[in-house]
Amino acid sequence: MSTTTYRLPKSTDRRRRDANGQRVPINWGHPITYFIALLFVSVSIAPVLYIVLGGFRTNSEITVDPAGFPLQWQFGNYADVLKSPTFWQQFGNSAIAGLATTIGVVVLGLMVSFVLARYSFRGRGAIYSLFAAGLMFPITVAITPLYILVKDLGLVNNLAGVILPQIAFALPTTVIILVPFLKAIPDEIEEAASIDGASRLGFFFRMVVPLAVPGVVTVGILAFIGSWNSYILPLFILSDQANYTLPLGVQAFSSQYSVDTARVLAFTSLSMIPALIFFTIFERRIVGGLTGAVKG
Amino acid sequence: MTNSLGEKTLAEQRSPEGLSVAGGGTRRVSPPAGVRPVRRSKRWGQRFEIAVLSGPAIIVFLTFVILPVGLAAYYGFYRWKGYGVPTDFVGFGNYALIFADKAFHEVLAHNAVILVLSLVLQGPLAIVLALLLNQKIRGRSIIRVLIFVPYVISEVIVGTGWSLMLQTNGAVNGLLENLGLGALKTDWLSDPNVAIWSLMLIISWKYIGFAVILFLAGLQSIPEELFEAAAIDGASYWQIQRRITLPLLGPTIRIWAFLSIIGSLQLFDLVYIIWGQYVASTAGTSTMATYMVGQGRNAGNYGYGNAVAVVIFIISLTIALIYQRFVLRRDTAGALTEGHK
Repeated sequence: MSTTTYRLPKSTDRRRRDANGQRVPINWGHPITYFIALLFVSVSIAPVLYIVLGGFRTNSEITVDPAGFPLQWQFGNYADVLKSPTFWQQFGNSAIAGLATTIGVVVLGLMVSFVLARYSFRGRGAIYSLFAAGLMFPITVAITPLYILVKDLGLVNNLAGVILPQIAFALPTTVIILVPFLKAIPDEIEEAASIDGASRLGFFFRMVVPLAVPGVVTVGILAFIGSWNSYILPLFILSDQANYTLPLGVQAFSSQYSVDTARVLAFTSLSMIPALIFFTIFERRIVGGLTGAVKG
Repeated sequence: MTNSLGEKTLAEQRSPEGLSVAGGGTRRVSPPAGVRPVRRSKRWGQRFEIAVLSGPAIIVFLTFVILPVGLAAYYGFYRWKGYGVPTDFVGFGNYALIFADKAFHEVLAHNAVILVLSLVLQGPLAIVLALLLNQKIRGRSIIRVLIFVPYVISEVIVGTGWSLMLQTNGAVNGLLENLGLGALKTDWLSDPNVAIWSLMLIISWKYIGFAVILFLAGLQSIPEELFEAAAIDGASYWQIQRRITLPLLGPTIRIWAFLSIIGSLQLFDLVYIIWGQYVASTAGTSTMATYMVGQGRNAGNYGYGNAVAVVIFIISLTIALIYQRFVLRRDTAGALTEGHK
C-alpha cells in the first residue's frame, strides 16, 4: 500500500506535463482554483487557530470580541497549564497508553500479518476475513459489553483496560496494511535466507522486521494518533481523574473552568500538539496508509 | 480500481503460494536431506510457528472485539444492573421496550438525517474540491496537510472548540456581528431547528478533508492515457471530468460512502461532548449511540444498554451487507474481470 504513497508525486508530474503537452485549457481555471483552495484551507484551519490564538487572549477580551485577534499576547494561560501537575499527569497517561498501544499493535500485527502473508495453511483466508470484518465495527457498538468485560477482568480504572481493547480494535487496519506489504517482499530473499541456513523465524526477525519498517511506521502512527485521540473507551474505563487521558482531561477541565475560557483554550491547544506534530512529520505515510487501508 | 488492487494482490498471493506448495518440498523442507521424519517434524514446526505468531493477535482480537458482541446478545435478554451474574431473564422484553420508546424513534430519525446529510453535503463538495486540487497548482502538498488537520484532531478538541465558538456569545455570532450580519445570529447549539445543522456543519468540517484526500488518491490512479485520448478527440475539460473522471472515480466514491454511512450510524463522540446526553435529546441531535450510553451505562441498566448495542449492531450490519451486496459488488465484479485479462 505504501506504493500508492510513493507513486503520488510521480503521477502528479506526469499529469502536469501532459496537461501542457496536450494544450488542455487549464490556465483559465487557475485564479479560481487558488481562490477556492485558499478558502477551503482557511475554513479548515480557522477553528484551530481560534483555539490556539484564544489561549493567548484574556477572558475579558474574549467576552467583548469573541472572534478577534489577541490585542496583547498573554502567555499566562499557557504558562499556567504547563505548570499544572494535572496536565502533565494526563499527558503522561496519554503517552503511556499511546506508546503501549502502538507497541502492542506493531508486535502482534506484524506477527500475524507475517503468518497471513507468507505461510500457506488451511484457514488462512478465514483469519484474514475475520480481521477484515473487524474494520466495519468501530468501538462504539461494542463499548457497553466491552466495559463489562474489562470490569470482569479487574482492569477498570486502569490504563491496561484502555490499552488492550485499543490494540484489538487497531488490529484490522494493521493487518490490512501490513499483509500486502509483507507479501511484496520477494521470495528470492526468503530463499537466500533459507539457503544461508536461516529458519522461518530467523528470516522473520533478521529480514522481515527490518524490511517492514515503512509499513510498520504507518501502522504505528495510525495506532498512536488513534489512541491519543480516543474518547469513548477511556470515558467508560477510567473513572479516577488521576488516570484520565488528555481527551477526558480536556473535557473535565473545560467543565471545571467553564468561566475561564482562555485557559480552557490553552489547555485544549496544548493537548493537540503531539498528534499534530506526528501528523505533520508523517503526513505522507498516514495519508498513504489510510487510503491504502480503505482500498485494500 | 480500488478493489482491483486487492484482487491483484490476492491473485499474486495465489500463484507464488501454489508454486511454493509444489516446489516447497525441495526448497523449505529439505535443506540437508529430505528424509521422512525430518519432513514431518518440519510440518509440525511450521504449525507451531503459525500458532505462536498468529495466536496472540487472534486471542486479543477475539477477546476484545468479537466476544463483546456475543456478550451483548446474551446480556440483552436480561434486566440487569451490571453486578454479578444476570438472573432476571426477560426474553425480548428489552427489545420490545426499545422499539416502543419514542426517544429511540427520535434517535433513529436523527441518525437517518445525519446519514443522508453527510452523504449529500460532503460528497459533491468533496468531489468538486478534489477535482480542483488535482489540477496543476502550487503548494499542493501544504494544502494537503492543512485540509487534513481537522481529521487528525481529536473529537474532544473539535467538540470543545466548536461548542465555544457556537455559544450564543461565541466567536461565530461575534464574527457575524463584526461582518454586519448580526441578523443571522442565532442559538446554534440549543435551538432544535438549528442544532442538527450545526452538528452537520461540524461533521462536514471534520471529515471532508478525509473525503478529499481519498478522492485525490483515487484520481491519481486513473491512467493518463484516457485523458490524453479524450483530449485528442477534442473533449473539453468538463466533458473529460463528467465522462471519464467521475465514472472512474466511482469505486472510490462508493467506498467513501460506505465509510461515511458506518460512521454516521455510530456517531457518538461529537454529540456527547458538545451537547451531553440530556441536552442532545432536547436539541434534537441525539443518536443511537448517545441513547445507548444514556439509557444503558449512565442509568445503570446494563441489560437494556446491551440490547440497544445489539440493535445498533444489527442495523449497521444489515446496512453494510445490503450496501456491499448491491453497491460494492459492481466494483468487485469489475475487478474480477479485469484480473482475468
